[in-house]
Amino acid sequence: MAMVTLRAPLKDLAGGNRDLEIDGGTVGDVLRTLEATWPKTSGWILDEHGAVRRHVNVFRNGEPVDATTALDADDHLQVLPSITGGT
Amino acid sequence: MPELLVGTKKGLFVLSGDGGDSYRITTRAFAGDVVEYAIRDRRTGRYYASVTSGFYGPRLMFTDDPPGEWRQASGIAFADGDDVSLERIWKIKPGEADGQLWAGTDPAALWESRDGGETWSRNEALWKERLAGDWQPGGGGLALHSICPWPGDPMKLAVGVSAAGVWITDDGGESWRTGFAGIVPDYMPEDAREETNQLCIHNMHRAQARPERLFMQFHGGVYRSDDQGETWKDIHEGLPSPFGFPLVTDPADPDSAFLIPMTGAEDRVVPGGALAVFGTRDGGATWSRQGEGLPTEAYVTILRQALDSDGEGDRMGLFFGATSGEVFGSADAGRSWFTVAPRLAPVTSVRVA
Repeated sequence: MAMVTLRAPLKDLAGGNRDLEIDGGTVGDVLRTLEATWPKTSGWILDEHGAVRRHVNVFRNGEPVDATTALDADDHLQVLPSITGGT
Repeated sequence: MPELLVGTKKGLFVLSGDGGDSYRITTRAFAGDVVEYAIRDRRTGRYYASVTSGFYGPRLMFTDDPPGEWRQASGIAFADGDDVSLERIWKIKPGEADGQLWAGTDPAALWESRDGGETWSRNEALWKERLAGDWQPGGGGLALHSICPWPGDPMKLAVGVSAAGVWITDDGGESWRTGFAGIVPDYMPEDAREETNQLCIHNMHRAQARPERLFMQFHGGVYRSDDQGETWKDIHEGLPSPFGFPLVTDPADPDSAFLIPMTGAEDRVVPGGALAVFGTRDGGATWSRQGEGLPTEAYVTILRQALDSDGEGDRMGLFFGATSGEVFGSADAGRSWFTVAPRLAPVTSVRVA
């Protein structure tokens, strides 16, 4: 299982869980499982086409990845707001 | 005095007071996010807010208690095959049927809820018109921002799209027809004006006491229709400019409209910095300037949804917010004004709860 680390406000939408262990073969699989488990996160990280939102960054073991990236069982995903999204 | 819902670039502010300078912030919600628009459905008391996070995208939220928990509505989203993504929810409007609400978005689509706003579905007939008509965006996007139900008749509806004109239905949204006649897009070459569908509607409201009448603020024109939006007559003579965004009507007076002109498309601030609402009570034959108590060196912009009314007649309330973060109010239909809030974030919308 991949370890997924969230920060506010995503953490709050996931029941206050900062770290979650989620199974999945790709980043998209893991994030869709996150949405299914914690429906309040739906649409926040992935857009309606299943892509990671433009102003959200997902890192696997510290490297930026997209929804199609394959995962190994012990990978660590971090979901962070990008520096480009604020107004 | 009424409760005000003020959408800003930095969240939703709920203001309560007894008039004058007594207004206070009672709730701030969605801190840091853009609140494009917020209303309270007076039929149910439920509050709705269109919220756009710079990071996490747009969503429609609702609650029965603004300081409490807001829930996220579902269904306002495009499908894989649509090749577009939701950019912004412009408008939320109670419908005429029980539990019915309408929403308008960018990309331009009309959405309907039948369960008080919890779930939504797209109006497919209008979406097909969009695809067939090659609708083009205005400066603010391809936005369906004006939704005008017909009082007492849920089958009739008119919507305004920037920049794809007026669309009218008489069968509850099963089919749509255009209401383009008489609108002159002077930003197009003369020989293309007759045929173009690139009509940049800025705002449109129905006269509640005479539903076949509509008023429109256009991108360079102010129009009135007396035939449900089929044909339009320019009524901007007497205004300092034909350009602007916000518009409201007095629900008891079908000859009334109130708007806030901007200098023009290239300079979207109050003409000469003299902030004022202009009103007509004769269907646009004449306009009167109403600015007593408003600042005279205010080079500000009043956005599309940032003007609202409360009540009717000579005691009608008017409230508007500026991109400077100020909110102003009038308790006498615009004859005199007071400051409601001096220093909020840039105001995107003002609605009386």
